[in-house]
Amino acid sequence: MVVEAKLTEATTRNLGNFSGLDVPDDTLLRACVHCGMCLPSCPTYRLTGQEASSPRGRLWMMRAVADGRLELLDPSFDEQMYQCLNCRACEAVCPSGVHYGPLVEASRAQLEQHRPRPVWQRAARRAGLAWPFADIRRLRTMVNALRLYQRSGLAKVARRLGILQALRLADLEAMLPPISAAPLVAGKERWELRDAEHSAHLFNGCVMSTVFPEVNRATGRVLALNRYAVDVPTGQQCCGALHVHSGMMEEARVLARRNIEAFETTADEPIVVNAAGCGAALKEYDFLLKDDPDYAERARRFTARVRDITELLAAHPLEQPRQPVNRTVTFQEPCHLAHAQRISVQPRSLLGQVEGLRLVEMRESSLCCGSAGIYNVIRRRMADDLGDRKVKHALATGADEIVTANPGCAMQLRTSLRRSGATLPVRHIVEVLDEAYGGLDAHRTLVKEANEKGEQRRSD
Amino acid sequence: MNRSELVRELERIVGAAGVLSEPADLLVYEYDGSVDGAVETASPSAVVLPTTTAQVAAVVKLANKVQLPVVPRGAGTGLSGGAVAQAGGIILALTRMDAVLDVDPIDRTALVEPGVINLELSEFTRGNGFFFAPDPSSQKACTIGGNVAENSGGPHCLKYGVTTNHVLALEIVLPDGSVVWTGNSGDGAPGYDLTAALVGSEGMLGIVTKALVRLTPVPPVTSVMLAAFPEMDAASHAVTSIIGAGILPAALEMMDNLTIQAVEPAYHAGYPMDAGAVLLIELDGAAAEVEETSAEIERLCLEHGSTLFKNATEAAERELLWKGRKMALAAMGRLAPNYYLHDTVVPRTKLPPTLARVHEISEEYDLPIANVFHAGDGNLHPLMLFDRRRVGDVERVLEASHHLIEHCVSVGGALSGEHGIGSEKRGYMTLVYTGEDLAAMAGVKRAFDAELRFNPEKMFPKGYVCGEVRGLRAQAAMQKHGIYPM
Repeated sequence: MVVEAKLTEATTRNLGNFSGLDVPDDTLLRACVHCGMCLPSCPTYRLTGQEASSPRGRLWMMRAVADGRLELLDPSFDEQMYQCLNCRACEAVCPSGVHYGPLVEASRAQLEQHRPRPVWQRAARRAGLAWPFADIRRLRTMVNALRLYQRSGLAKVARRLGILQALRLADLEAMLPPISAAPLVAGKERWELRDAEHSAHLFNGCVMSTVFPEVNRATGRVLALNRYAVDVPTGQQCCGALHVHSGMMEEARVLARRNIEAFETTADEPIVVNAAGCGAALKEYDFLLKDDPDYAERARRFTARVRDITELLAAHPLEQPRQPVNRTVTFQEPCHLAHAQRISVQPRSLLGQVEGLRLVEMRESSLCCGSAGIYNVIRRRMADDLGDRKVKHALATGADEIVTANPGCAMQLRTSLRRSGATLPVRHIVEVLDEAYGGLDAHRTLVKEANEKGEQRRSD
Repeated sequence: MNRSELVRELERIVGAAGVLSEPADLLVYEYDGSVDGAVETASPSAVVLPTTTAQVAAVVKLANKVQLPVVPRGAGTGLSGGAVAQAGGIILALTRMDAVLDVDPIDRTALVEPGVINLELSEFTRGNGFFFAPDPSSQKACTIGGNVAENSGGPHCLKYGVTTNHVLALEIVLPDGSVVWTGNSGDGAPGYDLTAALVGSEGMLGIVTKALVRLTPVPPVTSVMLAAFPEMDAASHAVTSIIGAGILPAALEMMDNLTIQAVEPAYHAGYPMDAGAVLLIELDGAAAEVEETSAEIERLCLEHGSTLFKNATEAAERELLWKGRKMALAAMGRLAPNYYLHDTVVPRTKLPPTLARVHEISEEYDLPIANVFHAGDGNLHPLMLFDRRRVGDVERVLEASHHLIEHCVSVGGALSGEHGIGSEKRGYMTLVYTGEDLAAMAGVKRAFDAELRFNPEKMFPKGYVCGEVRGLRAQAAMQKHGIYPM
């Protein structure tokens, strides 16, 4: 896919040492009164104790660049913009309502535009981020290959021969769950029981539809039981969150436009998403495309429809779960659910409605686990420290299982647990609800009954 | 010793990861929580992040050798510029010394390092049935070390007292680099009460490296009342009558109509939008006592014309009522882009005329002023709302501030209830103290810090305690070491 940066007068600006596309918004920047209330919520500040590693410090640096006091390409500025996990915990606690996320993302976009990167880095970013996510079919092919690798015994051989260690891919490989189910292809599957009252359209996601397709299917089943007719509109792509976080705004905008088009055929009905990171990105398409005259309004309409699965389910009383889940669980809040979307009560209220399930809160449940998109791949040390801290708190609860709501967190937790030698399962909240409803088997029975009743009625 | 040698020496003490000297890294230590315009920003020569008392002492000794100022810093949430290195030098950021070393539930004390966050100490000890009583609005972020330096207060200090009432003993690094303990864990330490001298000394006499603090038992019952009044005046008289009746609430807060207009739409705390003022009154203690006193307070409020009285005993209701108060500053963003928060104190009986004067100043300078404050102890927090981008606004605010402070002092009040003097209000000290008063204080300063090394350019008016001479000498020393302010 060739992405041409469209430079127009409307979208390029100059602000001190910022210039070109995606200049940080000056008004947003100056909303910070440097009170410091954000400091304790920031994972990197907690680890380093350094002001530069805090949201307030980073905003002050951005302001210094905007005032022409600091060079955009100053190594410390570069370091801090990328040391930030973009977990947005600071946003949720900011008394002045500073929108930190869009500011750090714009700063990264500025660095990407103006920083001369070595050729190998450009190639790596293109191969790692731009190419596979530009078309969902590419990622599907790659994940299918991975599945084959896991199943064929090749994985065992590679592990035994130490090839992964040699390539420093061992942890990366460990992050992946066993991929057993076939990818969920948009337009191929839908869920609906006879008593459906509402409609919802599933955002399939790139990682969710390929690495965790069963979570998407469980989402369909749980929604169907709660009287939703659910389909997966065709034409949708990756949400572009990873690109936005990496300052690749143009690539993200291309994906955003295609997603908006894919869901435009379905009126004002909710777009449901079960990956917190994707949900947060989808809910900010209006900001991403605010300068695009053809898409700004359409993006606003799209954004207004997006709902996290827990948000949608908690809006009505839950259909009574059918079987008890006799376990103790602890909930690890994805940053992009708790902070970026401010959804924190809903998942807990849903878990509270499952019979037999005991929820034990861990310390710092909303402090980032270190996953943060691809942070745990490119900044291993800080990510590992945060992952270990998270696992320590999770294990201290004595829970049998960690429940979360985002694929990135699930993969990060799995790696950190492996490092600690613990064998706790990590599951998506939808999988727990699906289990309480009897899972796939119960759903099949319901569909069969429904069909029979339908036929009976027709023959009456 | 040139600059890179200084950095190398510092690194030898705390390790390379504990020293910051790149211009961009120093840039973020040029401010604290103070309002732009009221406090000048200033960049340090280096920032050091020690992890032990020995490291702090070694850094102080090195600073003496190279004649550089030393400025301690916690979370940097202060509102009077206390943590800004006005004369350059070395900032000692104590954020990495953040361990709760010991909690003694029998003696009701905690031994903590200076970087422990105020609220986290309360959360840490709640399991044992205790909390740390001083609760500044920044308690989620500010550190115990900073609380000690500024003698911080908060809404609940009406009943429980400010920080100085909760510090039993301190481990201090003195300006000559020696390490001493003041006070002890029991009552009645013989000799001079150096702990009391150090609490509120704004980092100018010594650097706190450990603090033994008092823990307070969590009260069995807490009740929060909301009383609405048609006017501020009536609410002020109600405050005076409650305190006059010998009642000591845990907190007694007032908010005016402008504050209600900002807060209520944002948080739906239940404050009537048309009220001239509301009072938040918290009582705690034994159930029977709380119940009896609540009834008494209700009677007094109604007697003074309260139009609405609510008593919240459920935790969720109480939290909602408090949320509006605690988020009041935040909500001001809805009314104006900037605010200047004052901290003057007046005797409670002078509240009504002072509030009238605030109103006059507001009209005179065409500045909206919101009043949200600790009415119980007369600690005013008038908030001047302005827009710094508008030409002349900052100057107008500073001039209006001058008149406000002058008035408060003239009725027998103080410059600051809980935010400290720092560099922000040093110019006003002569309003409150005579030359002799200040000389006595300067004598204490010189007794601890003859070289005037610790946190220079604070608290004393400019040029006082040979400040100017010191400033020039420090500057010359810095130039000798090849260190220039950015």
